[in-house]
Amino acid sequence: MNTGGALLRPGDLLVIAAGIALTAATAAAQWGRAAPTVAQVRLDGRIVAELPLNGSHRVAIAGALGGLGDTVIEVQPGRARVAADPGPRQYCVQQGWLSRSGSVAVCAPSHITLQLAGPDGGTDTVAF
Amino acid sequence: MDALEVRPDPRDRRLARYAAAAIAASLVEAAIPSPLPGVKPGLANIVILIVLVRHGWRDAAWVSVLRVLAGSLLAGQFLAPGFFLSASGALASLLALGALQPLPARWLGPVGRSVAAAFAHIAGQLLLARLWLVPHDGLFNLAPVFFAAALVFGIVNGVVAARLLRDNAA
Repeated sequence: MNTGGALLRPGDLLVIAAGIALTAATAAAQWGRAAPTVAQVRLDGRIVAELPLNGSHRVAIAGALGGLGDTVIEVQPGRARVAADPGPRQYCVQQGWLSRSGSVAVCAPSHITLQLAGPDGGTDTVAF
Repeated sequence: MDALEVRPDPRDRRLARYAAAAIAASLVEAAIPSPLPGVKPGLANIVILIVLVRHGWRDAAWVSVLRVLAGSLLAGQFLAPGFFLSASGALASLLALGALQPLPARWLGPVGRSVAAAFAHIAGQLLLARLWLVPHDGLFNLAPVFFAAALVFGIVNGVVAARLLRDNAA
């Protein structure tokens, strides 16, 4: 059935165009998420602080390890991080700056989470 | 005592030859380091496309299934997670190729079929990975990378297959 036509036939261009469109649409949907506007700090799952991401400030929060020191959340325009935490392994501190809507830093020993949320509420999926 | 004899007919031999070529292509490719699991050229698909155009979908399906089975045995991946990803990708792209089969070759050549199969391949793999290996939507953050790779390698493999078909008209 080999019809030795041209290397590229009309339908080929159509399929390639559809592929480009699909790739671009997926990229826009996955990566073009709205910029985060607020950092939510939760203690035991309840929001204890909502910090707008349009200024620079630091907030100290007493977590479950309160006797060992506070958890310090630092906010700069467009991003936030856990600057200090009394937890033994420092995972949430080492995670560094969060700048994408929906990203989370969990300080499990302190029962504190820091999450960025966008204007649309932000939470996409959280699975533990 | 009777011996059970299997007499391969010419079609069996042909399928075996193509399957051997496809297996060799996937073994060669396994040696190429990849920056991201799942981003692979898919060289064996060149063979599948050639079989598809020359001998039809059923033969292409045979070669593809043989390639997945024997390729994974040779690579020591049989029944490992990579085997199921490979199988789901191959199955999805066979379904896509089958769906496009009624379209005339004048309008849709090997390149278009290759791109469609490449997208189906990665979509099948992503679906299985999402359902089974990485049950989290974070996986889809990488989808644009996978799709871009499918586009590029789909076009390249399709052009290679089209040229081979043109230059070696059987």
